[in-house]
Amino acid sequence: MDVTTMILSLVKIVAVIAYLYGLFWVLGVKLKKIEIAGKLLDPSIAVNIIGAVVAFGIIQLALTEFNGVSILNDFDSGLLYQACTMTMVALGLNLIYGFNGQFSLGQWGFYGIGAYAAADVTYRWVNGDSRGLVVLGLGVILGGLVILLIGKFLSNLRRMPVLSSFTLYLIGSIFAGAVAVYAGKLVAPGLDPLLGTSLSLGPLAQGLPMQIVFFLAIIFAGIFAAEVSFLFGLPVLSLGSDYFGIATLGFSIVIYTLMVNSDTILPFPEMKGGRGMIGIPKLTTWFWAFLFMLLVIIVMRNIIRSSTGRSILSVREDEIAARSMGIDVAGTKLMSFVIGSLFAGIGGAVYAHYIGFLSPKAFDFLVGFNPLIIIVFGGLGSMTGTVTAAFGWIFFLEGMLREILGKISPEAPSWRYVLYPLTLLLLMLVRPKGLLGEVEWGFLKSKIVSLRKSGTKEGVKPA
Amino acid sequence: MQSVSKQQKAPIIVTPNSFLAWIGKIFLIIIGLLAAYILIINLFDKPYLFAQNVINGLQLGFVYALIALGYTMVYGIVKLINFAHGDVFMVGAFVSYFAVERFGLHQWPLKVFPGFDPFLSTAIGTVTTILLAMVICVLLAVTIERVAYKPLRDAPRIAALITAIGVSFYLEYFGLLDFVFSARFIPYQRPFEVVTWYIKDGIHLVEAGIAPPDGAVTISNILIIIIIATILVQIFLQYLVRRTKIGIAMRATSFDKPTSRLMGIEVDSVISFTFAIGAAFAALGGVLYAIAYPSIRTLMGVYPGLKAFVAAVLGGIGSIPGAFVGALIMGQAEAMTSGYISTPMRDAIAFSILILVLLIKPTGIFGEPEKEKA
Repeated sequence: MDVTTMILSLVKIVAVIAYLYGLFWVLGVKLKKIEIAGKLLDPSIAVNIIGAVVAFGIIQLALTEFNGVSILNDFDSGLLYQACTMTMVALGLNLIYGFNGQFSLGQWGFYGIGAYAAADVTYRWVNGDSRGLVVLGLGVILGGLVILLIGKFLSNLRRMPVLSSFTLYLIGSIFAGAVAVYAGKLVAPGLDPLLGTSLSLGPLAQGLPMQIVFFLAIIFAGIFAAEVSFLFGLPVLSLGSDYFGIATLGFSIVIYTLMVNSDTILPFPEMKGGRGMIGIPKLTTWFWAFLFMLLVIIVMRNIIRSSTGRSILSVREDEIAARSMGIDVAGTKLMSFVIGSLFAGIGGAVYAHYIGFLSPKAFDFLVGFNPLIIIVFGGLGSMTGTVTAAFGWIFFLEGMLREILGKISPEAPSWRYVLYPLTLLLLMLVRPKGLLGEVEWGFLKSKIVSLRKSGTKEGVKPA
Repeated sequence: MQSVSKQQKAPIIVTPNSFLAWIGKIFLIIIGLLAAYILIINLFDKPYLFAQNVINGLQLGFVYALIALGYTMVYGIVKLINFAHGDVFMVGAFVSYFAVERFGLHQWPLKVFPGFDPFLSTAIGTVTTILLAMVICVLLAVTIERVAYKPLRDAPRIAALITAIGVSFYLEYFGLLDFVFSARFIPYQRPFEVVTWYIKDGIHLVEAGIAPPDGAVTISNILIIIIIATILVQIFLQYLVRRTKIGIAMRATSFDKPTSRLMGIEVDSVISFTFAIGAAFAALGGVLYAIAYPSIRTLMGVYPGLKAFVAAVLGGIGSIPGAFVGALIMGQAEAMTSGYISTPMRDAIAFSILILVLLIKPTGIFGEPEKEKA
């Protein structure tokens, strides 16, 4: 065995985890307010932003080539991108399962939806067809509006059966999608001089930088995954915990089957069904991966720390008690499910543009257990644990084991999938609560004021 | 003044009239009518094809029933989705493959006693092969239970579930290695010849190389064996659970573990026994499945296992007749979908049916309402 490779990959794992903890620490720095020109200013926000930029810059520097040599090679950058996307997916699942207690196996399906939706848009754009973006954007916006309108309408009704409201939402969304497709077809001739035909881009489309198209594609794909999860979650979340898990497993298998048949049953010949979609532009850079990961982490941390987060946690602890405290249990479940799927969709979109090739095999439900394993590894209900486990998982399994086993013999890397279930078994037997339990670090640490704090004026004294 | 009047205005609360409340049911009824329409049109169009699809569905459904028993019993007793069950099924098929291909176990009476009746020799040899597969799978399942699940009995349920996934992955990825089972499709040598009959103006034997005439329904001896074996297993299991001491212990354990321990039941050995029974039937199912569809591979257990699990959920998880009925429904749904709608979509349709049934009756067809959370 090559000792230097092993030490080097171990150092990489330690370094990347130290880097993450440093990032969380910098984001959580709190300083005293200082007085500048007679105004009290809070310097900690500036420190946080500068810290994040510096953290971004460190890796960016390490990735930049100087005289054809960079500290981190393509393999390492690939690991980083994979880890970032895995973090987003796993954090979404942790919101659904770890914080809200809904056992979901469908996260990988939403990941796949986001990946394929975004990849289709940019693939079409690169091949001179701007309608993918128009139709997806229009569909997503119309669908969102319709869902909001129906929600507004239904909020006045009581005792509405779940199935009925689901049917209304379903009809509304299908209507919105159809309108988006037909509008794309009807309006397209009028906009042809601007946006171009399905074969070449027009002047307006050509003027749009690829990076903006990419950004829009990611956002739209994420919202699309969220809307699908809304429709699916509305009836299914009313089932019990295990049954919900089974139904979501069924969902991810349905999505997988649709992906395999995307060129025959679904009208997307460019996805090429089971053969896999090639030629997706590789647009993901460290900037996008880091940006979206940081956004997901910050948004999720803010949700958990808000009153919404407390209602999410209370639903996990005891649904009946939460309901009697006036919490909308069904609404809270649905919200965490939709937000988790939004994160998964964004993660999938970023992943698709890193790998450049999408095959339905990558979205099989067997692979779909990975986020679940990661959140259990890191500790359910711990964001720090999830991020650590996601990075550690990718760097250990795809990085270290692949490199070390690859040195032994060309077939040896397949052994890593034999080793990791064993690690999983050992961890579960030794520490069933996961590596970190519910511990948080840095800015992820919850700063919610404890209700039973003694010594405050109106605080309740401990019993 | 205006703002005050706005505050005093109560929100309009409208109770939905019957139409709005019925929208969901109408939606379900439309889906059901559509399915019924497709089936009835095809039944009158080509009745023999319909009968053939029913028979194909029966063959699948009875194999699923064998696997589903293990899922439903284990879930009933320890509330664990035993993801490794599908891989036990795969191991059963592979054991019989090695026994037949490498050692010729399916003909051992003829080898030991030359001049033995060939038919009897094949029958005894096949039964021996199945028994060997069952024994090895039982050993495997009990080992898994003792090593992986037993230490976690008091841990949170997710820990046991993750362990089950880990065991399943371990068996699959270990089997995928080149020197174990490899990732290839392996042609399976059947222990006995397949005899096929066609039914058209009486029952005729299908001769090799000659296709049965148009409008004939074919059945094979494997179908009959699968049906008989599954029904025997069902009867045996009903007897075991209802009449014997260990069956009563199993029911007691599934109802209340601490109390049954107080009553002198060895809960751990009862749970091991449940795993063993489930594994034995999974092995039987694996051998019969491999004989019926003679091509095996390491990941062959994933989808049948999952569908059998879905069948168990459909029928009401924890219920043995429920697993049987659910498996028959799954088999028919799959055969009808691949016959009349679209072959590649059959998995999607099967799982859509699952989701629909769960929405209508969340505890499955034979399921009892869940107990109050402890």
